[in-house]
Parts: sequence; C-alpha cells; structure tokens
Amino acid sequence: MHASYVIRRLLQIIPTFLAVMLVVFLLVRLLPGDPASAILGDRATAEIVERTNRELGLDRSLPVQFGVFVRNLLQGNLGDSISLKIPVIRLIGERLPTTLFLTAYAAVLGVLMAVPLAVLAAVRRNTWVDALIRAVFQVGLSLPVFYVALQLLSLLGARLGWFPIGGYGENFTGHLYHLFLPALTLGLNLAAILVRTLRNSIIEVLTAEYVDFARAKGLRSRVIMTRHVLRNALIATVTLLGLNIGALIGGAVITETVFAIPGVGRLMVDAIFGRDYPVIQGLTLTFAIIVSLVFLITDLIHARLDPRAELT
Amino acid sequence: MTAPLLKVRDLNVRIPTPAGVLHAVRGVNFDLMPGEVLGLVGESGSGKSVTLRSLIRLHRPPIGMTGTVEYGGQNLLAASEAKLRDVRGGQISMIFQEPMSALNPVLTVGEQIGENLREHKGLRGRAAQERAAELLDLTGIPSPKARLADYPHQFSGGMRQRAMIAIALASEPQLLLADEPTTALDVTIQDQILRLLLRLREELHMGVILVTHDLGVVAQTCDRVAVMYGGRLVETAGVNSLFHAPKHAYTLGLLRSLPGAGEHRRPLQPIPGGPPDLRFLPPGCPFAPRCEYVTDECRAGEPPLLEVAPGRFSACIHHDELPALKPTLAEVGA
Repeated sequence: MHASYVIRRLLQIIPTFLAVMLVVFLLVRLLPGDPASAILGDRATAEIVERTNRELGLDRSLPVQFGVFVRNLLQGNLGDSISLKIPVIRLIGERLPTTLFLTAYAAVLGVLMAVPLAVLAAVRRNTWVDALIRAVFQVGLSLPVFYVALQLLSLLGARLGWFPIGGYGENFTGHLYHLFLPALTLGLNLAAILVRTLRNSIIEVLTAEYVDFARAKGLRSRVIMTRHVLRNALIATVTLLGLNIGALIGGAVITETVFAIPGVGRLMVDAIFGRDYPVIQGLTLTFAIIVSLVFLITDLIHARLDPRAELT
Repeated sequence: MTAPLLKVRDLNVRIPTPAGVLHAVRGVNFDLMPGEVLGLVGESGSGKSVTLRSLIRLHRPPIGMTGTVEYGGQNLLAASEAKLRDVRGGQISMIFQEPMSALNPVLTVGEQIGENLREHKGLRGRAAQERAAELLDLTGIPSPKARLADYPHQFSGGMRQRAMIAIALASEPQLLLADEPTTALDVTIQDQILRLLLRLREELHMGVILVTHDLGVVAQTCDRVAVMYGGRLVETAGVNSLFHAPKHAYTLGLLRSLPGAGEHRRPLQPIPGGPPDLRFLPPGCPFAPRCEYVTDECRAGEPPLLEVAPGRFSACIHHDELPALKPTLAEVGA
C-alpha cells in the first residue's frame, strides 16, 4: 500500500549508514592502543608489531583504509575478525539472532508490563495505586541496568534458583526460559519509560469528547478503554517504543555481558577490548541498519494506528 | 393523557473546583412527553449542557448529581451500571456540539456505527454493515456504502454532524439529547441539520431535548421551551406563547436582544451585565442585578418556578407586568 514510501525510506538508510561508518571508522582509530599490541601482547618486538600491522592493512593511511573498507562492504565483505580470524559477517550472523530475540523478548515483556499498569494508574489517577506504580517505575528507571541485572540474577537466579544464571538455551522454549531474566531487566527499564508516557496520554484521552460520546453510546468500560482510549493513547507510545528499541540494543551490551549470553552485545564488548576494528565497524553498521529499520517499522505502525498521519 | 417519557425532579449538579464547589444545576424540574421537542435555552454557563449530560449520568466523579431522572419507571441517577448502559445509546442517545472532537479519529464511521448496532441491536458483520449504510442514507449522506470505510477527518463539517446523528440513531432511541448540534456549523448547513432532526423525529417518533443558545433554532424546531438562568429553570412554555408573551424578565430580555430580519429591523437591546458567577449567587433572584423590573422582593429570596397560566411556568415575581411582544416566528428566523 505504501510501497513507494517504504522504498524511499530504505534508500534513505544508505547515506545514514555511510555517515555512521565514517564516524565509527575514525572513532575506533582514535581509541588508545592498537590491535597488533592487543593480539601480540606486551612482549612483542616493534618489528613484529609493524609486520602484523602491515598484514592487517593498518599501516596504510586512513583514507586508503576507509576506501578499502567501503569497497569490501559493497562486495558484501565486512572483513575478517582480527582476533578470531573468521569473517565478521559470519560472526554477526551467528550472534545477531540471539540479540534480536532478547530485544524482542524485552520489548514484549516491557509492553506487557507497561500497558495494564499504565491503564490502572490512569484510571486510579492521583490515588495511592497510581502513586505506587509511578514510584516503583521511577526508582526502576533511576537504577542502572547492570545493577538491576545483578540483583535479579542473585535473587531469582542464584538464591531462589528459578531461572538459569546464564546461557541461551537450545530451542524456543529454552530461549524463553534462559533469557527471561535478561529480558526482564531490559523490559523493566523500557516499561518505566512507557508507563509514564502512556499513563499521561490515557489521562489526556479520557477527557476527550469522543470518550464521552462512547459512554453515551452505552458501551462497556472495557470496550471504551481498549477501542477508544488505548488505540488513541498508544499512538504516541508506539513512537516512543520505536525510539527506545535502539536504547534497548545498547542495553543488550551490558545485559549480555552480565548474563553471559552469546549475542552481539557481548561480541561488541570483546571487540572493543581487543581493538578488533572490523568487528566493531561491522556491528556498528548492523546496529545502524537495525535502528533505521525499526524507525521505519515504527512509522508504518504509527500510520496504521493513526489514519490522519500522512506518510511523506 | 399519556405519561411523560422523562421526568426530572430536583436535579442538582455540583462541580468541585479549586475555588470551591460550583453548583451548576440547582433544583431543575421538568417533564418531556413522548415525541416532544423541548428546547433548553440559556447563555453560556447557565447550566443547560450540564443538565443535559446529567440526564444520562454522563458526569464522572468528583462531579456530584442528585435528584431523580425518571425514565421507563427507573431513576437513571441511581440505576446500576448495566441498566444505565442499556438506556444510554439504546433508548436515549446523545449528539454533541463538535462532531470533530466527539467522533473517534482513529475509527471509521462504519466502525463507530457498528459498535452501537452490536451493543444495542445485536447486529454484526454484513447485517450491521447494511444497517449502517441505511442509517447514513437516512441522514442524507451520499454514497453511504462507500463512506462507511472513511474516517471522520475525511468528512466535511456538516457530513460529520450527519454521521454523528446516524450513530446516535443506530439503536432507534426514544429520546435524543442534542447538545448545541448546529452551533459549530454555518447557517445553511445548520438549517439542513435542523430539518433533518425534525424529519427524523417525525419518522421515528422520538422525543428530543435540544440545548441551544440560539432562539432562532428554538423557534424553528421546538414544541416547548425551558429557559435556564444561573443553574435554574426560570421559565417554561409552549414555543408560541413564549415568543409572544414572555413571563420572565430574563426571557423578555433575550427576545429583545434578537436582531429582527428584513422589514422588522430594529436596534438591538442587549441585556446589561453578564451571566452570574455560580459560586457567588445573590440571595434572591439570580437575574435581579441585571433586571429592569427588579424590586426589593426580588432580592429577598429566590422565587420558585410556579404555574402562572395554564401550561406556563415562571420564576419571576413580576411576570404579569411584562409587556407582550408581537414578534412573529418568522421574525426570529423560522
């Protein structure tokens, strides 16, 4: 239906990620330390370091390195990991599904927590119920992700033994089970953001005249809440959710590290510590594409929810 | 004599505000006969819309409603939620002033009619679709089938009001509450909508309570008029007798402030002052500070609404001193 719009938006991603690449390419090379020393250790001689750099192509000028990188990229080649010696694209292909699964899981948990609680807080606004819900999430939002992760891990994982303290599981239900705590960690953070916005937009929508009209039509309060109130209140929230998926993937870096999950977040951490330039670049590019796609999907959902929105 | 469709007794509405409780409707009583069109007139803030909304208990806490609104042998102000849902939209429907804000922007017109049909008529799917198209057709919307899939913002102002009327009529109500249904429309569309309401009332034999500040609209559509001032009914009468011989000084002032049309043109005589602040009402007649007939008796206590002639009620001490007007109905716009 909006095919031309979608194609146009997809084409817009290209300049975005070229810009992202340039920034990352330069940033990575401005970091202290170099890959050869990271690979070879402290006792390598200057000669060996120099030879390794030459083998990796890191002795050439920055523009040449960038040119090589872009040329390879256009051929679908993200280069090889310096430390693992395997193609970056394969590495990402192996790890990305885990992270996407975790992110989607977290988003689902976050929305499942946020929507009912936001409705409850809005309906019982300015009562102790509302105050409690808002206070809990306010605290949740102020706590760092790694702290929440460690607390959940030690309580539900180590002490009560309800959930595994790490790993990814074998099949779909295994994934659901193993990733519950990390997804909950990320989901809580997301829910905290969503509850605030959604509660306020529900309260705003509740004063709209079409809600009175719906009541005057004799509809059940559940129908009014879902069909009339939530559908309108969710419009703003969907955009917020889309914007936060990016942050969620960023959060995955920490969460995957704490929970020892073999996703791209942990890959990123390892790559940064190992100065594995090709991996860092490949991952950043992947993140940029994912975030761009998420924004596109968000806009399409927004247009579905709000018939007044024009896709331009 | 047939029994009234709706009996309102001692209706009070209190709205808490940061500056104190606003007693917006103060002891309103009236009856509505089946098929009757009653105009509820008054200035902004006189309590007419607040009264209308309380008839189906549309106000939400902390707004308080007391008194009785008797419909079908039941007091709607005390009825259970389930019973109230049955009456609302099912037997008593309501239309609002601004269809753009009263229609849900994210649901198609067809969906918004459909939910009424499902709730009150048990119609679903294809049957509901067909009935919805019939209703749009009934309210004069061209190519109704195609327009069911349109959203409110794709309709023009007049069409939106027709669509809202179609939604309200979906359940074939006994009574239609209309809150300034034509105020937001331009004059030609206003006229069309009023004619539509009158035709539907004939065809469906439903009662209508029409809230308006426009006496021209009243003259054109109503059988009987109730004039509100300061949260009270100050006069009720048949539309002809009210226009010819008002029995309340405020009604007289309202009629004198109407512009005549054509050869009846004359200078306007506005009522001096502004509507009263309901939080600081004077002890006597609320209109006393603006009234040219005012005496000490008016300021002493609030006069009750009494039957001053057959079928005519007034809360004015000086009702028999007021001059008769001879405006024809044509003069006020009918």
